[in-house]
Amino acid sequence: MDFVGAYSPENLGFLMEGLMITLRVAVISIVFSFAIGLIIAVLRYARIPVLSQLLFLWVELIRNLPLLLIMFFTFFALPEIIRIDLSAEEAVILALVLFESALISEIIRGGLASIPKGQLEAARSSGLGYVQTLRFVVVPQALRRMIPPLVSQFISLLKDTSLGIIVALDDLMHNGQIIYNHDFGYVFPTLILVATIYFVINYSLSLLAGRLEKKLSV
Amino acid sequence: MSDLLDISILIDYQDVYWKGFFITLKASVFALILSFILGVIIAVFRISTVKSLRWFGTAYVEYIRNIPLLILVFVFYNGLPSIGVNLDSFMAGGLGLGIYTSAFIAEAIRAGIQSVPKGHVEAARSSGLTYLQTMRFVVLPQAIKIVLPPLGNQFINLVKNSSIFGVIAGGDLMYQADIINSETFQTVSVYLFVALFYLLLTIPLSLFVNYLERRLARAY
Repeated sequence: MDFVGAYSPENLGFLMEGLMITLRVAVISIVFSFAIGLIIAVLRYARIPVLSQLLFLWVELIRNLPLLLIMFFTFFALPEIIRIDLSAEEAVILALVLFESALISEIIRGGLASIPKGQLEAARSSGLGYVQTLRFVVVPQALRRMIPPLVSQFISLLKDTSLGIIVALDDLMHNGQIIYNHDFGYVFPTLILVATIYFVINYSLSLLAGRLEKKLSV
Repeated sequence: MSDLLDISILIDYQDVYWKGFFITLKASVFALILSFILGVIIAVFRISTVKSLRWFGTAYVEYIRNIPLLILVFVFYNGLPSIGVNLDSFMAGGLGLGIYTSAFIAEAIRAGIQSVPKGHVEAARSSGLTYLQTMRFVVLPQAIKIVLPPLGNQFINLVKNSSIFGVIAGGDLMYQADIINSETFQTVSVYLFVALFYLLLTIPLSLFVNYLERRLARAY
């Protein structure tokens, strides 16, 4: 094992470039998955006929498919349907958002369902509209309970960005693989470093979530 | 749409699809057994009274949960050959997937065991049961109800995650799809049909886990 060679300044710089792509893809995907997941969850919670059932089917379909398959689909198959070529990064973000928004919507729906019906009735009878009730009574309480599972899901998403190597997204994992393909001695040192970078980011996120949860608990 | 969805691919290549399906199934079962054994051991470490075992269990779970599955698979697929140990794709993928899932299974089991109130353990011990008897007759029967649904969900995740075999030419559904695609270039159809084969595995499992959740919630 050649740690010195594997950790040369050029290699470290190359890994950092990959890390930036990983973080960019993760942040964009988290923002969109959360927004879309919230919309799906609220629409299902509101029990709008037909639409709620369609969203149920959609969420169940997506939840039961591998992300890797969805990623293959958005990169290789979708362009044939919509006749627009997507870059690797766009296809990966699209796949992550499709997949994770379904999972996030389930977390949010569980959180919304955990708020006692009595509170909803109390809010409505004290004159708040349906949207106001959701906005001021249900969602703020539910969000607090959702923080731990949501953060776990965000961590999952960040880990899953590594699957982008199948469409040659030049992220941390991909750049690591390019480095260790140069030299047998680089394989373990590079894998250890790449794993540790993912670990440090994700573990910090989960510690942060733990503190946030304590701070918000009533 | 009609030129995009070509049913003849499903008919012409059904043998290839089924071959991939059974390798996906075999990989999932292999990884499930491995992850369950490792998961139980690590869960026991996590609740052990020996500090160093607890520390090891925690480090194992936290490290593995926070790194991508792909890295673990590459450790076996690229890492071991670099120090002269050669594994075939199936073993490399199975070990990576099994070890990855074991961290989640260990957490599910630990949470279930710790959800049994301490008072039950103390009552059992003071009425003369040994530690093992307490576990066998008091803690585990209660814990299993809490543990089963999350374990089921982990197994569904494991089946989906087995698609990672496709990345290392492991012969599974994703890999076979790649082969069919390179022969037919009917990308949309090829991958839609692969989705059907995955659903054939995951939908019954999901329904079963839902049933378990409802059934066990009623059991009290």
